Amino acid sequence: MTRPLVRPPRKNPILRTRVPTLPPGSRSRVAQGLTAAAARGEFELQVCRDCGTVQYPPREACRKCLSHRLDWRAQDGAGALVSETTLHHSNELFYRERMPWRLGVIKLDSGPVVVAHLHGDCPPAPSRVHVRAGLDKAGQAALIAVPQKDTPNMADDRQLREMTCDPKFRKILITDAKTALGQALVEAVVAAGADLVWAGYAEPWKKPPGFERLTKLPQVSLVPLDLTDSRAVKNLAGEIGSRVDILINTADHHRTYGIAAREGVEVARAEMDTNYFGLLRLAQEFAPAMRTRGADGQSSAVAWVNLLSVFALSNFPPHGTYSASKAAALSLAQCLRAELAPSGVRVINVFPGPIDDEWSQALPPPKIAPERLAADIVGALRGGAEDVFPGDIAQDWLARWRDNPKALERELALTPAML
Amino acid sequence: MKSRRAAYDDVVVVCPTTLPYVRYSIHGAHWFLAGALAELLKRSGLAKDRIDGLCVSSFTLAPDSAVGLTQHLGLTLRWLDHIPMGGACGIVALRRAARAVQSGDADFVACIAGDTNHTDSFRQNLATFSQFARDAVYPYGSGGANASFAFLTAYYMRAYGARPEDFGKLCVAQRTNALAFPTAVMKKPLTLDDYLTARMIADPLRLYDCVMPCAGADAFLVLRRGEAEKLGLPYARILATIERHNAFPDDPIQYRGGWALDKDEMYAQAGVGPDDIDVVAAYDDYPVINVMQIEDLGFCEKGQGPDFVRRNTFTADGSFPFNTSGGQLSGGQAGAAGGFLGLVEVIRQITGQSIGAKVPDARLGLVSGFGMINYDRGLCSGAAILAAGQ
Repeated sequence: MTRPLVRPPRKNPILRTRVPTLPPGSRSRVAQGLTAAAARGEFELQVCRDCGTVQYPPREACRKCLSHRLDWRAQDGAGALVSETTLHHSNELFYRERMPWRLGVIKLDSGPVVVAHLHGDCPPAPSRVHVRAGLDKAGQAALIAVPQKDTPNMADDRQLREMTCDPKFRKILITDAKTALGQALVEAVVAAGADLVWAGYAEPWKKPPGFERLTKLPQVSLVPLDLTDSRAVKNLAGEIGSRVDILINTADHHRTYGIAAREGVEVARAEMDTNYFGLLRLAQEFAPAMRTRGADGQSSAVAWVNLLSVFALSNFPPHGTYSASKAAALSLAQCLRAELAPSGVRVINVFPGPIDDEWSQALPPPKIAPERLAADIVGALRGGAEDVFPGDIAQDWLARWRDNPKALERELALTPAML
Repeated sequence: MKSRRAAYDDVVVVCPTTLPYVRYSIHGAHWFLAGALAELLKRSGLAKDRIDGLCVSSFTLAPDSAVGLTQHLGLTLRWLDHIPMGGACGIVALRRAARAVQSGDADFVACIAGDTNHTDSFRQNLATFSQFARDAVYPYGSGGANASFAFLTAYYMRAYGARPEDFGKLCVAQRTNALAFPTAVMKKPLTLDDYLTARMIADPLRLYDCVMPCAGADAFLVLRRGEAEKLGLPYARILATIERHNAFPDDPIQYRGGWALDKDEMYAQAGVGPDDIDVVAAYDDYPVINVMQIEDLGFCEKGQGPDFVRRNTFTADGSFPFNTSGGQLSGGQAGAAGGFLGLVEVIRQITGQSIGAKVPDARLGLVSGFGMINYDRGLCSGAAILAAGQ
């Protein structure tokens, strides 16, 4: 059984911080289908539309009937561990630094044989296991076999932890802790075992309800932070930047209306200043240090979370300028993802539907509760995905967008303008 | 079973050639392939312009193929083949060259296999070995075939009761053979205790279960018997050959190879049985595959391999002379040359040209090849039965 993680000792300042290395990241284009699903937290394999044969490794034609019509379909991952090995040698630096490493051959009940990372709690072969897909440090999909039933401390497994961004014993900056979501998130990561939480707050003269409560938590340290102030961002990065393991950017400037309902660009500029330029300021000041700490021991720098909006996928005209600022932030987040990739630090983009707060007051339910969204963000950190769509509205929009993005654009255009 | 395969008539194979292997080299693959061809010409006495057919196997020739090699080596040919089949390339080269000579498409086919080994080329070759390996095996950290064979070995041990000592016995015997072979890379005696206590590589595989990548080349020449006699070259006749690709694709893990499908036809074509064979060379990048070949080629029943190993001895003077040059496990794996090494050794043994430990009175040899761990198993298998000329 997995031994629970213990709080790492204070870092020895004399020792060199290990340079991040990555597992091999090269894949064929067709294999990126596995990554596309894993990025959403799903395990999908190609299934032949003509004969139903499930395929692995990913390929260009059905192994049975040669059809090209292979669709990526969700898999339950149940299978039999046929054989296993524990590597004590590898030609790749990433694995050399992490020996020993357990691998298994699993015959999936759906047909194919997969080679997968093997969780330490899986019983020896022959045994029943469950295969999941997640992103590895290279940002590519990898399969890991886990026990059929959850085991105590299973998230602490050394190999699994290389594929997750678990908050346990990590130091976390939440850029805006004053909102209902920010507060819920502080409490959620503390409950998840975070070592230290820097709770950012702007405009200290405004005391939102409940905020006092956070200051009572021993793990929480309040830090002044206003993302529209370049100097404030730089100062905070100078103070704590070299210790942030997980950065969660919750700062969000949200106003209603599209183009015709308001004169001037001031509101739109304010949205952009927080939602887009705020991310840019943060990235310029905090990303460089995180990039160097991607392999800094048990509690390395591991994730950068952006609170975007499902409105970033397709413009929601009643909140048109806000949608545009989130689309800009999404594009910038892709750039940040590319720049952090060599360090193994994962950029997780969160695309909630409307949050149940004052700026979505006029939108009809369902709306996602801040507590639920906070729990989903912690779930994303503990999982292997990088694009997360919490809540029913976000899931609905995602499904419509993946099915036909043009249809979604037309559907959203028909929403009444004043919501 | 009656074989419908045509006999090879008077096609023969001569000049078994092994260049000395080296651990690392700064030369390219062309250097080794050229050396092998030069040695073939020297031994056969043929002028270079008499060679009208060429068969090439190499992993490190890129961006060239066999075509580029014709210009590089100044050869004008009327028959050319490139066989990217790793451990099965020797058998397949022999089969194709023999049919080319038999049909008159070529008169003198030089079969050469070789690779270089730079300090980082092995890793780079692994990373890009195949699409499936790149997508579904290499990202998991396995050192090439090590993990794949660890899976097979662990499964085989569980299913058939093989013990580490059984695999160790084969490795120790091959080392004994290698000590007498002038160009083997491994020249230190190996004891069973050394084998059993060596460092773990990929459980249950330890250090001496794994081949050492190196640089080198092997070669042989295929021609008609009359030409061999004119040149005064000792030759081996080809009694039967088989090849098979992607056998038993639905086995969840590889515990048998294509030989099991084809061996009966091979023995029928050759008109001999397993008991008649004097010397055997099997593809041996890991000892489990030796045992699998011993079973699937009919020397014992499936699952009786461990017992067969316990009942026999495998040195050149043993009850079952096996990989008498030391094989790859003690000779080194010079890339594609590993697919030739057993074949040229058997030709040497049955034509009285042994340069190492000699098998007494060897007249009939069996060579087996196995290659290409494309994803989770080796896809190519082949075998040939050769007989001493006359």
